[in-house]
Amino acid sequence: MRHLLSTQDLSRDAAIALLDVAEDMADVGTREVKKIPALRGKTVVNLFFEDSTRTRISFEAAAKRLSADVINFSAKGSSVSKGESLKDTAQTLAAIGADAVVIRHGSSGAPRVLADSGWIDAGIVNAGDGTHEHPTQALLDAFTIRRRLHGPASRGRGLDGVTITIVGDILHSRVARSNAWLLTTLGAHVHVVAPATLLPLGIDTWPVTVGYDLDAAVAAGPDVVMMLRIQSERMHAAYFPTAREYSRQWGLDDERLARLPAASLVMHPGPMNRGLEISAGAADSPQSTVLEQVSNGVSIRMAVLYLLLSGERLTPTSATTTAEAVK
Amino acid sequence: MTARIVLHQADITRALTRISHEILESNRGSNDLVLLGIPTRGVALARRIGDILDGIESGSNDGADASTVTVGALDVTMYRDDLNRNPTRAPSPTAIPIGGIDGKTVVLVDDVLYSGRTIRAALDAINDLGRPRAVRLAVLVDRGHRELPIRADFVGKNLPTSASERINVRIREIDGTDEVTIEGSVTA
Repeated sequence: MRHLLSTQDLSRDAAIALLDVAEDMADVGTREVKKIPALRGKTVVNLFFEDSTRTRISFEAAAKRLSADVINFSAKGSSVSKGESLKDTAQTLAAIGADAVVIRHGSSGAPRVLADSGWIDAGIVNAGDGTHEHPTQALLDAFTIRRRLHGPASRGRGLDGVTITIVGDILHSRVARSNAWLLTTLGAHVHVVAPATLLPLGIDTWPVTVGYDLDAAVAAGPDVVMMLRIQSERMHAAYFPTAREYSRQWGLDDERLARLPAASLVMHPGPMNRGLEISAGAADSPQSTVLEQVSNGVSIRMAVLYLLLSGERLTPTSATTTAEAVK
Repeated sequence: MTARIVLHQADITRALTRISHEILESNRGSNDLVLLGIPTRGVALARRIGDILDGIESGSNDGADASTVTVGALDVTMYRDDLNRNPTRAPSPTAIPIGGIDGKTVVLVDDVLYSGRTIRAALDAINDLGRPRAVRLAVLVDRGHRELPIRADFVGKNLPTSASERINVRIREIDGTDEVTIEGSVTA
């Protein structure tokens, strides 16, 4: 794997292999010494142009558990506020010797620009770009579902036949986009429920079915209900009359939770607006996987960084590969 | 290129049985013994040695506390020194027996001992998992050409080879057959 920019680039085999590596990484997290030397001497830069707690901390923890050196960069308090361009920032990082750049950017496609421009040779990981994609979130969601459904027998398996309903602000959600493709690639069926104003143009090209009624979706008894955050910071127009009306129509409240099958999972990528898209009762119920998603996030990001950074780099000095390890 | 069989199924079984007796002899019984196989074939070999040990110990007279020998798997992928020189390796599961390895005698089990680098990585991996009382090494085949000061305590067969030859260990559980073959060099 050279970069991780979009879940649409992942084949089924590659995705399952990545989830399997994450299983091994999860084992590391249960040990007394939560550290392995796989990426010793590598430098990972967290390049965050947008605010984030869990994704940045998660990537930082993942890189440190693999013994990589981590440089955290946030746009606030950097030369970006003096007008530095993405190109100059990238070239600065290249000059420092970054081996991987984890980028979160408000503009969709910024990670792709970084990967294709030739400004920097490092592996690029998309940690969320605008309203485009957030591949590691989708991977950790798939990992969480697989672990809950199959337990220790998860290795090597996809999500065939699993029904997943994604509810809420599909329009602004990069999580929904990444999940729609990844979960479908893994064999699941994805159903999307949202008010018509929060569905993007061209939703018919997505590999999903679309509905507008949460009660009908709940009655269908999906294996997983994934609630999305209402992204008020990206909403510059009125997409629904009032928060209370949204909550009543499309929020997962205690009453709808009770109507879900007892085995259904309730997921949320965080941060949650309790009382808006999800009630406190649903968020804290045993069906909720919110905290599991966070701890699984570290395992997934370790797997991504490992697959990105280990292995032979095409440098002239490594041409003298010895024929060892042939045993 | 021809492959010559150097160990048949019966030879492998005999070698593993002898190794098992040697392990018991040096450990004075099977107390506090943990076998850790190195994936992939080492794990299968470790299970077989574990079964043989159980058979020997339950047959002995002091069978009052015939505790079964614990067998696990130790993946060393993340500790290798050649991660940057090869295509990305997928790790295998590590399974440490309940009770851990602290204060135990750990016997590492692998199929072939060659450069010694895998064992070096295994020693580092063990270091992160606990502090055993002692670490021993059992291998089915020792083919020489060590690059590190590492030696095996229990060896199934010493096979002097040239570095251009190739040793193939096939194990019933993984390859469907039990045999060790040696392939001549391409230039020969």
